[in-house]
Amino acid sequence: MVPAPGSHQGLDRLDGAWWRDWAARVLVSLGGISAILFIVAIIVFIASQGLEFAWNRLSWAELLTGARWEPTANPPRYGAWPLLAGTAWITAVAMLVAVPLSFAAAIYIGEFATGSRREWLKVTIETLAAIPSVVWGVIGLQVLNPLIQQWFDTPVGLNVLNAGVILGLMAAPIMTTLAEDALKAVPDTYREAAEALGATRWQVIWRVVLPHARPGLSASVLLGIGRAFGETIAVLMASGHRLLPPTSVFDSAATITATIAAELGEAAVDSDHYQVLFVLGLVLFAITFSINLLADGLVRGRRRRA
Amino acid sequence: MAETHPEPAAGLAVAVRRFNLWYGDFQALFDVDLDIEAGIVTALIGPSGCGKSTLLRSCNRIVERLGYVRTAGSIEVLGHDVQHPSASRIQVRRQVGMVFQRPNPLPISIRDNVLFSQQLHDRRRWSRSDQDAVVERSLREVLLWDRVKDRLHERAVGLSLEEQQKLCIARLLPTKPAVLLMDEPCSALDPAATAAVEELIWNLRGRYSILIVTHNMAQARRASDRCVFMLMGRVVEHADTEQMFVAPARQETADYIEGRFG
Ligand SMILES: Nc1ncnc2c1ncn2[C@@H]1O[C@H](COP(=O)(O)OP(=O)(O)OP(=O)(O)O)[C@@H](O)[C@H]1O
Ligand SMILES: [Mg+2]
Repeated sequence: MVPAPGSHQGLDRLDGAWWRDWAARVLVSLGGISAILFIVAIIVFIASQGLEFAWNRLSWAELLTGARWEPTANPPRYGAWPLLAGTAWITAVAMLVAVPLSFAAAIYIGEFATGSRREWLKVTIETLAAIPSVVWGVIGLQVLNPLIQQWFDTPVGLNVLNAGVILGLMAAPIMTTLAEDALKAVPDTYREAAEALGATRWQVIWRVVLPHARPGLSASVLLGIGRAFGETIAVLMASGHRLLPPTSVFDSAATITATIAAELGEAAVDSDHYQVLFVLGLVLFAITFSINLLADGLVRGRRRRA
Repeated sequence: MAETHPEPAAGLAVAVRRFNLWYGDFQALFDVDLDIEAGIVTALIGPSGCGKSTLLRSCNRIVERLGYVRTAGSIEVLGHDVQHPSASRIQVRRQVGMVFQRPNPLPISIRDNVLFSQQLHDRRRWSRSDQDAVVERSLREVLLWDRVKDRLHERAVGLSLEEQQKLCIARLLPTKPAVLLMDEPCSALDPAATAAVEELIWNLRGRYSILIVTHNMAQARRASDRCVFMLMGRVVEHADTEQMFVAPARQETADYIEGRFG
């Protein structure tokens, strides 16, 4: 017998499954929204600590280009150029170390290693990523410092080179993992097709895998840069913390993060010095945020095209 | 058809001798002996899992991509033992082109797909006009030139499946291979596209020796000169296609062709 139209039962009934689905959706959305709320709250907090000074008395031109960072002098000078330059130098050295290292490791793990060796390597690299940064700082202080003095015959081994190498080593594991993900996302049919056309393993990697993985690889570099920018304690220990713009890798230097960490405890709450450190925090936040956005855009752009 | 059967001595495209293959501990091919004549289309048929793809993929050694494959015996292509340890896989693959079940153009332009294999090997810089000539010749040979000549710089993955599969055949041609291996090249295509690609394969016959795996009995019958029937890792029967379909010598062959087992 054919049921009459409109006689279907239960189409509008909200049963247990529907409610469970609803509850799960609400919980998950709350989790997602809370992450955004935290970020907003942090920005608001940082801004509220520094905004009064930034609004009324700070010269942005001096902050971004002034060559003298003398917050306790009379009158105080808030030129953060030495810190910006130090951060840039150290990050650049870090990437010179981390990019070849992490790409080579990712290519080896993703394209050559097989079976247990591959798993073993991945675990090792994840372990490396978990080494606390103060340990890296000690390595910079106690191991790299004398080595640099010896090899390059410099009076101090705490400098851009030291901090850059340490930061590079610190950023390499996460970059390796991300780069390997990017390589893994290249469909195997591409490798097979290229090999069947007579490409060697290396040609397959160079001409097919790497070009196809480029957005993901760029994202891994950007996130590595973000990591290097934000690192504080190791860099404070290894860089020599000298408040002048470096002119070579053998100069000691200071970074934004290290300066904040070193000076925040001494600055009187709500003093100009205290507030300008929060403004520096905002600058740092803006830089890392843009880098992450860029990295995200790269990965997303690729997905849309593929 | 008689004149398309070259003298066996003169024209063996592929000669397989007592060939065995293991995936780890699992033996997939048993003592395969097979002579594929040059210049004709040979169809490879048999139920799923009987080792057709494995045999095909051994001819250009692409099966070795899996680290756990072992082989014994020999496969000669144009008189050279491709399985010999000293044979260069790269050289083998230039001589033996392969078309896969799913069209797999590389994620680069149509033009770059066609030029890919040539640019891997030739260190000398090709002039633009040489390259253009190679691209046009290869695409004309697969009857694709008129359809793509205005969009050679577009990405190949934007083509229809039929066009992609034809492109995948075209990109084998610049290195002038002797043998083309095709593993169910039409199984991802609709009937019209299948007919078009079949026609193309028939067109290439004579210039290349073609070994094609198919599950489609009608296709094997329509589009091959000789036919090989495999079962459980062994070659059961190898005969002229007409002969095999009209009067198979072995009972298993008859059963399979008539669909009595899958
Ligand atoms: N990578 C592999 N690892 C282990 N065993 C495999 C692998 N590939 C194939 N085999 C096995 O080898 C045998 C032959 O497989 P093959 O793919 O050559 O069969 P086929 O005749 O091409 O089948 P189909 O018609 O389904 O494509 C099958 O039993 C299969 O399970
Ligand atoms: Mg198969």
